[in-house]
Amino acid sequence: MSLAQSIVHGLAGGLMIGAAASAVLLGAGRIAGVSGLLARALRLTQGCGPDGLATGFVLGLPLGALLMQLALGPVETRFPPLALLLIGGVLVGYGSRLGSGCTSGHGVCGLSRLSKRSVVATAVFMSAGVATVAAMNAAGLAW
Amino acid sequence: MVTRSAVLGLLCGLLFGAGLALSGMADPARVRGFLDLFGAFDPTLAFVMIGALVPMAIAWRIRRRMDKPLVETAFDLPPTDPIDARLVIGAALFGVGWGIAGLCPGPALVDLALAPLSAIPFVLAMALGMFLQRLLGR
Repeated sequence: MSLAQSIVHGLAGGLMIGAAASAVLLGAGRIAGVSGLLARALRLTQGCGPDGLATGFVLGLPLGALLMQLALGPVETRFPPLALLLIGGVLVGYGSRLGSGCTSGHGVCGLSRLSKRSVVATAVFMSAGVATVAAMNAAGLAW
Repeated sequence: MVTRSAVLGLLCGLLFGAGLALSGMADPARVRGFLDLFGAFDPTLAFVMIGALVPMAIAWRIRRRMDKPLVETAFDLPPTDPIDARLVIGAALFGVGWGIAGLCPGPALVDLALAPLSAIPFVLAMALGMFLQRLLGR
């Protein structure tokens, strides 16, 4: 795929993500933050009952991707080795809960709201991600 | 209104997941490429963010003129202040994990369908991290 095609697909996919997050805000009055919705769906939050929005959303994510794959053909995915998946997974889960959000909640919903917390969180996790990749490259751990 | 919320959630999840698959961000190597600012940089994630921020910025403006959301009785939104240690440390830990694996929660759940053998260990580890955070409370 050329860079121009990547950009067009990125913008179009982004618009769909933003439209979905808008519908969550205006329809349910909530933030479409995937880490928060996943925690609610798994009942990993304090004192919460069944959460229909969260459960539906978490089930919809992989199903939507499957439908897009049926329409577009195979979607390429390239993963790091298992050890990195496991270490990264624990940090992503722990950090997103401690920091009250991830790329969708702080990055998409919070930035567009001009939330101070989300601006800071997004700046911090982007910088930490860039620094981590640079450090892994320097340590010969690029994948 | 649990049922109406569940249907709304499912429809929004479908659109969000389809968008992630189209955007290229279901591929951890592409996300890693965006974070590889000083190496083989791939700018696509920035365009995904721009595409998502435009409708959301409009939605926040519409929200100002609404007393309540369409299917719930009240808005339930997180605070925008203050900046505290939990926020900064949590975001930093999240960012390190994101850099290590090239995955954050949305793409990880999407990849359960696209590449289950790789996505399942990540999602289990992520759920463990969420559980540990609840257990330790910090």
